[in-house]
Amino acid sequence: MRLEASGKVRTILTWSALAAAVAVPVAAAAASPLLAWRDPVYILGGFAGIAAMALLLVQPLLAGELLPGLSARRGRLVHRWTGALLVVFVVAHVAALWVTSPPDVVDALLFASPTPFSVWGVVAMWAVFASALLAALRHRLRLRPRSWRRAHTVLAAVIVAGSVAHALLIEGTMETWSKAALCALVLAATVAVVMVRMRPRQFPSWSGRKGTGGIVRVFIVLRKKNPTASD
Amino acid sequence: MTDLLTTRRTLLAAAGAAVATGMTGLIVPARAQGLAATPSMRGGSNNYRPGAPIVERIGSGGFWMTGTVRRAGDGAPLPGRRIQIWAHTTEGNERDPQSHGATLTDADGVFRLEMPQIVPAFGQPHGHLAYDDDEFATVFLRPVMASASDTSLSADFVLQPA
Repeated sequence: MRLEASGKVRTILTWSALAAAVAVPVAAAAASPLLAWRDPVYILGGFAGIAAMALLLVQPLLAGELLPGLSARRGRLVHRWTGALLVVFVVAHVAALWVTSPPDVVDALLFASPTPFSVWGVVAMWAVFASALLAALRHRLRLRPRSWRRAHTVLAAVIVAGSVAHALLIEGTMETWSKAALCALVLAATVAVVMVRMRPRQFPSWSGRKGTGGIVRVFIVLRKKNPTASD
Repeated sequence: MTDLLTTRRTLLAAAGAAVATGMTGLIVPARAQGLAATPSMRGGSNNYRPGAPIVERIGSGGFWMTGTVRRAGDGAPLPGRRIQIWAHTTEGNERDPQSHGATLTDADGVFRLEMPQIVPAFGQPHGHLAYDDDEFATVFLRPVMASASDTSLSADFVLQPA
């Protein structure tokens, strides 16, 4: 059938685009001349940060069920494990930098660093930890679904805004344009998914639909159902 | 009783008058007598190694760190003052002993030390300098290069007698 075929094409295209969005900046960073003058631990720390940034693109896509071929249930499970991996990468990033230059990391953690990007990074780090903790204790805390969604969305917004500012201000191994492109994609995916998830009741079709749509479709739905875009 | 009523007209008039006087230079900030001492910069002392040796050159060179050392107040040049310099370069990390070296100022209070090319580390291409002897208060500087391809960097010290 034609419809089925176009679905397959969309699946392949979406996953290829995601793979490229992640692989290009990582490959560009791997070609950085700065690597020649860095110890393995420092290189590891840098790439842990880049990998964490890549996961920030995957997270909203999973949360918004925008990745085709994954059921809502499966997507949520992957989202949870990706979140855990994000915590691991952030810890590895900070730990490796600590080994490379302890006083610089201490300054950053105490918000006494001369570099403005450290503040953004540390804020995003705490938001990642808070988000993970909240997710782990969600049922024990007996959070109402609505409170949970709000808290998680706010933390996600802080993580994304903080990480993007952190990455853009750094002069490091990431290549400028591929870094900017990855940051733009992370922002776009997060904004698109947050806009939809903040108003779940106005989009009953959203929660039940299969993950075959794109961000463009989200905006179309938004405009159709909420022409004034206000509460 | 004083009239505390502020109308839009009086507010605009007052603001306009303040801007006008400010622009004509009639309001002059109080100026300190003489030259003020250089404050230490944030993160300036990171990876400092007290007592790093005085060297002809750090590593194989190719990059110049320059600057001046003067006394606070009268601005007199200070000869023979020891300045330690270190950075993340093409030849080592900031923490490595071989990345550190010290030099002395000449009769004009000027110092110049050749070192390996500084490369961006911890997000910025930057160097570190320290004055840390008894006669004057300790100062740590952390200048940032305008471009990572620069082949020199300078920093000036104005020291406060201890």
